[in-house]
Amino acid sequence: MSTATQSTLQASSPDQDPVRVEQRLPRFAPLGLFLAGIALGAGLSALTGFSVTSTIIYGVILGTLAVYVASRAVEGRRKATDRLVTSLVTTAFGIAMIPLVSLVYTVLDRGLARLDADFFQASMFRVVGEGGGAYHAILGTLIITALATAISVPIGLMTAIYLVEYGTGRLKKSITFFVDVMTGIPSIVAGLFSFALFTLLFGNQVRLGVMGAVALSVLMIPVVVRSCEEVLKLVPNELREAAYALGVPKWRTVVKVVLPTAIAGLGTGITLSIARVIGETAPLLITVGLITGTNFNPFDGRMATLPVFAYYQLTQPGTATQAFLDRAWTAALLLIILVMALNIVARLISRFFAPKTGR
Amino acid sequence: MTATKAPIEPPPTPRAVRRPGDRIFAGSAKGSGIFILLVLAGVAAFLISEALPALTAPSEDIPGGEGLASYIGPLVLGTLLGAVLALLVATPLAVGIALYITYYAPRRIAAVLGYVIDLLAAIPSVVYGFWGLAVVAPTLVPFHVWAADHLSWIPFFAGPASTSGRTMFTVGLVLAIMILPIISAISREVFSQAPALHREAALALGATRWEMIQMAVLPYGKSGVIAGAMLGLGRALGETMAVAIILSGGAGATVNLISNSNPSTIASNIALSFPEATGVGVNTLIASGLVLFLITLVVNMLARWVVNRRADFSGAN
Repeated sequence: MSTATQSTLQASSPDQDPVRVEQRLPRFAPLGLFLAGIALGAGLSALTGFSVTSTIIYGVILGTLAVYVASRAVEGRRKATDRLVTSLVTTAFGIAMIPLVSLVYTVLDRGLARLDADFFQASMFRVVGEGGGAYHAILGTLIITALATAISVPIGLMTAIYLVEYGTGRLKKSITFFVDVMTGIPSIVAGLFSFALFTLLFGNQVRLGVMGAVALSVLMIPVVVRSCEEVLKLVPNELREAAYALGVPKWRTVVKVVLPTAIAGLGTGITLSIARVIGETAPLLITVGLITGTNFNPFDGRMATLPVFAYYQLTQPGTATQAFLDRAWTAALLLIILVMALNIVARLISRFFAPKTGR
Repeated sequence: MTATKAPIEPPPTPRAVRRPGDRIFAGSAKGSGIFILLVLAGVAAFLISEALPALTAPSEDIPGGEGLASYIGPLVLGTLLGAVLALLVATPLAVGIALYITYYAPRRIAAVLGYVIDLLAAIPSVVYGFWGLAVVAPTLVPFHVWAADHLSWIPFFAGPASTSGRTMFTVGLVLAIMILPIISAISREVFSQAPALHREAALALGATRWEMIQMAVLPYGKSGVIAGAMLGLGRALGETMAVAIILSGGAGATVNLISNSNPSTIASNIALSFPEATGVGVNTLIASGLVLFLITLVVNMLARWVVNRRADFSGAN
């Protein structure tokens, strides 16, 4: 627990002697007490059959209590409450770490088994047991995501430009509001929308890669708009005014001055929006479906995608159950790696393409 | 949002040239904005048009054979049950995390910690489903047994306890983890914006750190926390794959959180039934999707309304 209390105030309560020097616990006492509580928790846990989980649970509770009681006795009620809250808030953060660590560990543990060259080279065509891979699914995911990006980025970027450079009045307000609302559309509803749209156009039972791309675009556009808008707002007005003063038309000002200045932020935002949709499963499940072979053409029939592939490998294992589960976990691992890589790329973009401030 | 930096137009010269490039560019920018509004309207319109056959179909044709309302009713209940449970678990935790990162963690690592929490949001929902099924559900089985033994007087824990852990309770906890980063990100943003003068004034009067937070930060950040919680609620309501993988659902309306028979949720039911659905079944599923769309739309609009009353932060990443 944090022992560094920044306040060195000599606070004196009004109901006590004002010149009384504040009693404080020694600097490392809270930490020591907390560790003692953990040790006691370990002992308690050992009584009921030792386990790490119960040690941590007992230990944190006892440690927090020990610090609280000691502080209450020495430092008084207010300081003790402060220490109690510090413990609680830190514990809340610690609790949030548990799922993250557990999840990453589980996926690594189970996914590494099949993370081999075969997984990237073979499809599931005529594979019923072991072997096979996600070649077709990886390519499908890349194609559909690229298509979704190609649809979303122009629309999203132009809308952001409208909102920042041109928009006024009620249209701007309503676009901003509904873009915000759109960020909350459930992914499955986006899938249903795409399905309904293409069913009306091409009749029933149609499954196309492009349907998935349209569904992903519905999810992606609002994210692109929001992040691009935030970035464009950061471009200093002086640059625009300087361009106008030189007689540059407005649209060339936007294209040649505003966008290049903001390019790093735009790249970051777009990359993050790709990361947001690349792991989406539900809309692809109902619009694109799954096939075992490779299909590179998003305008012709079903395609395989990595998340849907992982889902079906897990939920519909064939006779060689373990082989299917291994492939499912490896696909999940690959998804996490993809998303993390995109996040890192986004950060690198913002670092290396940031506008040079040459002054 | 309020910072409308309307670019200053060049002073109107007697013969202002309207260049075609300007018109095309401005037109396409405006067109894109209007297109987005059309897409949102289109989502509603296409869903309604595809849901209509289910609304007019005789009740025997609806899956389940008892009409649309009794098909969607339990699903709505399940959706709300899981999402509200997630919200109850996630909100206090997220507020704690946000406070920790903004006011307790050492300055140097606070940004890194925030990034780590955001990683939780980056993990695809299907992976949460895998993890929930493989790790969380078995881990929680002892709690299910304990709750069935000791808390069975509460309708939510009526039991009998599930032996697989694939229950609404597990789903609620996994959903809570999934919406944690959303709520904590927005809470963090408002907490860090609490006026420094108020905070310093509180400290100068001798307040402890917690008293300072009580006096200066929480009142200021309340609406942000509410808005974040509602955005999280919207996300939890629409969450599909994690629920579809973890929950053993489809058991009709019950509020029992810990037994093997749970109501399904709208989104997971669509994902599970859609690939095999035909005819009116498809329309019924789309009708249920329409209900989900309306619920999330209302929740999100409320959240946005709360957010927009305080205009300086957006909530979108």
